[in-house]
Amino acid sequence: MTVFSTCHKVIGKQYIALSLFSVFIGIFLSLVMRYHLVHPDTKVKLFQLLWPDGAPGGQMTPELYLSLMTMHGTIMVFFVLTTTPQSGFGNYFLPLQIGAPDMAFPVLNMLSFWTTALSLLTLLAAFFVEGGAPLSGWTAYPPLSGLGKITGPGQGLGQDLWILSIALFCVASLMAAINFIVTIIELRAPGMGYFDMPLTCWGWFVTALISLFAFAVLLPGGVLLLLDRLAGTSFFIPGGLIVNDQVQTRSGGSPLLFQHLFWFFGHPEVYIAILPGMGLISTVLSVFSGKRVFGYKAMAIAMLAIGGLGFVVWGHHMFISGMSPYSSIAFSVLTLAVGVPSAVKTFNWLATLWGGRLRFTAAMHYALGFVSLFITGGITGLVLGQPGLDVYFHDTYFVVAHFHLIMGVAAVFAIFAGLHYWFPIMYGRFLNEQLGKLHFFLTFAGVYALFVPLHFAGFVGNPRRYPDFKEYEFLKSVMPLHIGVTHAAYFLAAVQLLFLFNYLWSKRRGALAPANPWGAATREWRND
Amino acid sequence: MAIAILIAALAGATVALFFQPRWWFPDAISAHAKAYDAHFLFTLCVIGAIFVFAQGLLTWVILRYRDRGQAPSAHEGNNTLELVWTSATAVVFLGLAFAGQGIWAGIHLDAPAANALRVEVLAKQFAWSYRYPGPDGAFGRVDTRQIDDASGNPFGIDAKDPAGRDDITGAILRVPAGRQVELLLKSRDVIHNFFVRELRLKQDVVPGITIPLRFTADTPGSYEVPCSELCGLGHHQMRSSLVVMAPADFDAWLQEAQQKAAQP
Repeated sequence: MTVFSTCHKVIGKQYIALSLFSVFIGIFLSLVMRYHLVHPDTKVKLFQLLWPDGAPGGQMTPELYLSLMTMHGTIMVFFVLTTTPQSGFGNYFLPLQIGAPDMAFPVLNMLSFWTTALSLLTLLAAFFVEGGAPLSGWTAYPPLSGLGKITGPGQGLGQDLWILSIALFCVASLMAAINFIVTIIELRAPGMGYFDMPLTCWGWFVTALISLFAFAVLLPGGVLLLLDRLAGTSFFIPGGLIVNDQVQTRSGGSPLLFQHLFWFFGHPEVYIAILPGMGLISTVLSVFSGKRVFGYKAMAIAMLAIGGLGFVVWGHHMFISGMSPYSSIAFSVLTLAVGVPSAVKTFNWLATLWGGRLRFTAAMHYALGFVSLFITGGITGLVLGQPGLDVYFHDTYFVVAHFHLIMGVAAVFAIFAGLHYWFPIMYGRFLNEQLGKLHFFLTFAGVYALFVPLHFAGFVGNPRRYPDFKEYEFLKSVMPLHIGVTHAAYFLAAVQLLFLFNYLWSKRRGALAPANPWGAATREWRND
Repeated sequence: MAIAILIAALAGATVALFFQPRWWFPDAISAHAKAYDAHFLFTLCVIGAIFVFAQGLLTWVILRYRDRGQAPSAHEGNNTLELVWTSATAVVFLGLAFAGQGIWAGIHLDAPAANALRVEVLAKQFAWSYRYPGPDGAFGRVDTRQIDDASGNPFGIDAKDPAGRDDITGAILRVPAGRQVELLLKSRDVIHNFFVRELRLKQDVVPGITIPLRFTADTPGSYEVPCSELCGLGHHQMRSSLVVMAPADFDAWLQEAQQKAAQP
C-alpha cells in the first residue's frame, strides 16, 4: 500500500510532490497576471479556453485577475512554502536525524497528508464553480469576504470553498504539528539532548510549535467567517451597511477583529515558511565549509526567539487599519526587535564560512544565494516595520517585493538547496550538479531582476492588487518598469523548467550516489 | 568564485538603481511629507550601509575561503562575538524604531488645530464622496433610508434636519492651502483606503467606525487619490482627486457651493 502509506519517507515525498504540482500552477497564474498587467487590452484565446466566464472573447475581466491573484497567493503560501520545508523535508529527515524509527503517530501522519491533499482539491474546485474563484486576496478581509455574492463574482461559492480549504489545511497542519512536537520530545535517540539535535531539527521543532499556536487561531477565524456567510451571524460585519445598493440587516461585528485573528496566524506563517530553511542552510553551509556551524547554541536560541517574538508583531500588518495608533508604537518596536535574531543568524552564517574551505556544490550555491536574498529581502523590513514610513508603502509594490524576496524566494532557495543536498538519500542518485548550478545562476539573477525593480514601483506609490494601471496618470510612468519586470518573470519561469527536468531525469538516470557523498556528520547519512 | 562575482554585481546594480531619478516619490506638499522624506532618507542610509556591508562581507568570504586546499579552521563559536553583534544590531534596529516615532505621532497623536477644516469622506464600491458642514459648522444628521446616489445624496443627509440643509457634497476633495484639514473617514460597504502620495498619508476606511486623518497641504495643485485597499472588481478604478487651492480661491469656491446648496 504505497498510496495510503504510513511510512514517513513516503509521506515526505508525497508532500514534496504535492508542492511541486502546486508551484507550477502558482507560477502559471503569476505569468497570466504579469502578462495582463502589461497587455490589459489584448484578447487571449487561452484565457477564454481556461476561463470562459472570466475572459469573455479572451478579454480578461478585473474579477478574473483578482481571482488569479487570490489563488496564486493562497497556493504559494499554503501548498508550497508551508508544505515542502516543514512537512516534506521534516517528515523524511526528522526521524532519520534523531534516530527515530518513524514519526510518533504514523497513521495521523498519513491523515495529515491526505487532509492537505483534500484541502488543495477543495481550493482548486473554486475555479470551476459559478462565479469562479474568490477575488478577496489570500488575506480575505471581511466585509468583502463576509457577505456573499453581493460583493462581487467569486464571492459566493468560490469564497466558501476557499474558506473550507483553509480550514482543512489548518486541521492538517495542527495534526502535523502535534506529530512533530511529540516525535522530537519523545523519540530522540538515547542520550541525544535538545542541544545535540542538528539545527534542521530545531527549525522543524520551532516551526511545529508556531504551527500549533498559529493554525489554532486561523481555524476558528475561518469558521467564524464561514458562519457570517452561511449562518447569518455577524462576527465581522458591522451595522448599517449598504452594499450594492442593498441595505444589510446585520450589526455588531468588527472587521478589524478578523484582521487580528488572521495576522496572529499570518505573521508567524512567515516564519513557518522560513525557519526550516534557516536550519537547513546552516547545515549546508557547515558541510561545504568543512566546519561546524558557528555559534550552534546561539543559532538554536535565535530560532526560539524568532518563533516567540513572531507572535507579538502581527500588528505591523495593521498600522493603517484603523487600530489604535498607540498599539502601532508597541508593534513597531517589537517588529524591529524580531530583526535582531534574524541578523544574528546572518552573522553566524558568515562566521561559519569564515576560515573554512568552501566547496561550491550546487547545494552550496543555493545556500549562499539564500543568505544574499535573506539580506536583501529582510532589510526592507526595517522600513515597513516603522508605522510612520509604512503609511506610504503599505499595500504598494514595495511590500510585494519585500515579501516575495524574504518569504517566497529565500524559502524556495532553501528548498532547492535541500533537494540537491538530500537527493542522494531520497533517490540514491545525484541531481545533476552542472545543470543545478546553471539553474542557480539563471534563477538568482532572474530573481533580482524581477523583484528589486518592483520596490521602485512602490516608491512611485503604485498600489498592489490592481488588474491594470490605466486609470491613473501617475501610474503611466511605471509601465516601462512593469514591462521589464514581466519579461524577468517570463525568463524566471522558463528557467524553472531546467529544474523540473533535472528532478525528473535524475530520479531515474542521475549519477549513482555513494553513501554520504558530501562527508556530512548528521545521522541521516548513516542509516542508509 | 563566479557566485561571488554575481552577488557583488547584483548588489551593485541594486544600489545603482537608487541613483536613477525616474521612479521615486512625488514631490512632498506638506511639512509632514517633508519630514517623512527626511526620515526615509535617514533610514535608507542606515539600511543601505547594512546592505553593502553584509553583501560585501558575503562576497569577500566566498572569495577568500574558496577551496585552495587549505585546512579549515576549527573555531565553532565565540560568545563575545555573539554578544557584540547581538547588541550592535539591537541598538541600530531599536534606534530606528524610536527615531521613526516622530512622524507617526505627527499623523495620529498630535492634537488637532482649533481652526481645522472638517470634511467627511464616504467611500463605497467604487466611488468617493466628500461632505462639508456648511456655514453652520455642523454636519446634518444622516438616515440610511434617504441615501440616494442618483439624486446626489450618497450620505443620506436627512432632509428634516436643518443642520443638513447647508451641507455641501461633492466627488472632489477641495481644501485650502496652509490650513489644517481633518478628514472623517467612513465606508458604507467594505474596507477602502484613502491614499495621497504627495502627502505621504494612507489610511484604511473601515465600515462601522469613523477614522480621523489630519493634514495641512501647502502646495496648490490637483493630486490623485487611488483606493489602496482591495475592495472588489472596481478597486483599480476607484479614483478621486484632492485639489489644494489658494485660500482665496477656496473661499470663493466655498461661497459659490454654499449658494448652490442653499437653493431648494
